[in-house]
Amino acid sequence: MTELNNSELIRLSAAQLAAKLAAREVTSVEVTQAYLDRIALVDGGADGIHAFLHVNAEEALAVAAEVDAIRAAGGAEEEALHELAGVPIAVKDLIVTIGQPTTAGSKILEGWHSPYDATVIKKLRAAKMPILGKTNLDEFAMGSSTEHSAYGPTRNPWDLDRIPGGSGGGSAAAVAAFEAPLALGTDTGGSIRQPGAVTGTVGMKPTYGAVSRYGAIAMASSLDQIGPVSRTVLDSALLQEVIGGHDPFDSTSLTDPFDTLVAAAKTGNVTGMKIGIVKELHGEGYQAGVENRFNESLELLKEAGAEIVEVSCPNFKYALGAYYLIMPSEVSSNLAKFDGVRYGLRVLPEDGPMTIERVMAATRAAGFGDEVKRRIILGTYALSAGYYDAYYGSAQKVRTLIQRDFDAAFAQADVLISPTAPTTAFKLGEKLDDPLAMYLNDVATIPANMAGIPGLSLPGGLADEDGLPVGIQLLAPAREDARLYRVGAVLESLLEEKWGGPLLAKAPELKNAGLGTAFNTAGGSN
Amino acid sequence: MAAINRDDVAHLARLAHIEMSAEELDRMAGELAVIVDSVKSVSEAAGDDVPATSHPIPLNNVFREDVVGHTFTAEQALSGAPDSFEGRFKVPAILDED
Repeated sequence: MTELNNSELIRLSAAQLAAKLAAREVTSVEVTQAYLDRIALVDGGADGIHAFLHVNAEEALAVAAEVDAIRAAGGAEEEALHELAGVPIAVKDLIVTIGQPTTAGSKILEGWHSPYDATVIKKLRAAKMPILGKTNLDEFAMGSSTEHSAYGPTRNPWDLDRIPGGSGGGSAAAVAAFEAPLALGTDTGGSIRQPGAVTGTVGMKPTYGAVSRYGAIAMASSLDQIGPVSRTVLDSALLQEVIGGHDPFDSTSLTDPFDTLVAAAKTGNVTGMKIGIVKELHGEGYQAGVENRFNESLELLKEAGAEIVEVSCPNFKYALGAYYLIMPSEVSSNLAKFDGVRYGLRVLPEDGPMTIERVMAATRAAGFGDEVKRRIILGTYALSAGYYDAYYGSAQKVRTLIQRDFDAAFAQADVLISPTAPTTAFKLGEKLDDPLAMYLNDVATIPANMAGIPGLSLPGGLADEDGLPVGIQLLAPAREDARLYRVGAVLESLLEEKWGGPLLAKAPELKNAGLGTAFNTAGGSN
Repeated sequence: MAAINRDDVAHLARLAHIEMSAEELDRMAGELAVIVDSVKSVSEAAGDDVPATSHPIPLNNVFREDVVGHTFTAEQALSGAPDSFEGRFKVPAILDED
């Protein structure tokens, strides 16, 4: 180690870590161990963050040691190393991995090990990025708070009594609490972006098809998308270039290269760009502090040379309703495979005839949580004879209307901007008994999934009334992911200039931090 | 559009192979009624002339070469099975005996 102690090391961005690894100022084993120590220190116990469902220490350190050996030997093999080689990463536990359990946050998959790796995992392995472990989520990614995990909720590092967003609350909290520099998430209606917003981190939902979904346990196949979670816009761009690209194992995978993302993040510039405020995605129903930070970002972009225009997307008022028909319909079909036959839990009925149908019903009753059951029933209803046209059919038409609204909006603006979520992080338990209130968290993020377009959320500051993070969402036309990194990087640098550093520097010190023996023996002086 | 009631939920739960207690059916019926009510405006949003969108980014005829690709061994495929017998998934009776 050089002059950096572990507390400083874990606060570096992935790009900074990559530079220090390449310059041999630090080894991957030191970096990986520093994160494992941090996880040991802040993740467990009654007041722990509980971002991780599984920690993959042994394999992560082995990959780190392999990268260090290659660097030590030098030559062609070192030159072939990926820029992010040796930079650790956490993975949402919806993505299947050989050698680690995959639960999807559900009891029905407790203890299950996948016989194959997701395509994105193969790509992380090829880039030699140590995988720190699997992160918590709402069961099968269904929720906005991570409270629907069968393994208990994750806490928000900004306030341990509050939710970290969802469904990818584990990935966002891990990155916000400096337990990982990067993470993978999945976004079906906002599950990457909304956790990013409420934890003060960056989350990107790429264009549908830009990153292979092979090996992401499907929730709603026409909406699901894997994407990066990070602390900086550049880091998300770096990670998307690692995990993106065409995959013959996913027939919805695009053949576009998506190889200008990092360059876009590095050369951010908004001079002369038209940035559209979506009339329907702010104002009424949005917390005052969220609205204030949003307006502040608009001012900064204007000062930087962007032209702010207002656009209207009148059919967005139907988006939430249409989403809650399309998504559960696909859920009811996708989750039919969890039937106690080929993998996972099998529960036998307590009495009566032991038929396969009764075993399935008992297994699914015991293995699924309430929210999953609600959505399966709702989807079964929306697809049933007599209701199909009125529900599923109508919702698919709304999808067309939403796409048309976006087309019209992008004829007037290069990118669109809105708050990512209507409120800051709410209290654990606050919305657990009110499914509809929970669904409203995704009101600003759902339209992007319905239209397949990319969306980026980045920290926009802290709300005046509660001091909690606010997210700013940027949206671009399909295949224009680079545009989001370009604008996002500019806004990020303007905001950080205003704050005098990254937003996460304002986060409270975690109670356990600095007290653990693992941290001190590893050389930390904090 | 019709409201959703307790009998509907019981029927749907049977279709979806999820056993539900009486208490669960009562609660689920109440919650789903609220959700269904909140989404009903969707059916009035679009006219007959609006086509449906099932897939956000249009792709047509995604083919692959007709060659044997990745396959699992029987052992891999059965590795997570709750029960197996002689290289196959083992399940309880498929037909009710009575």
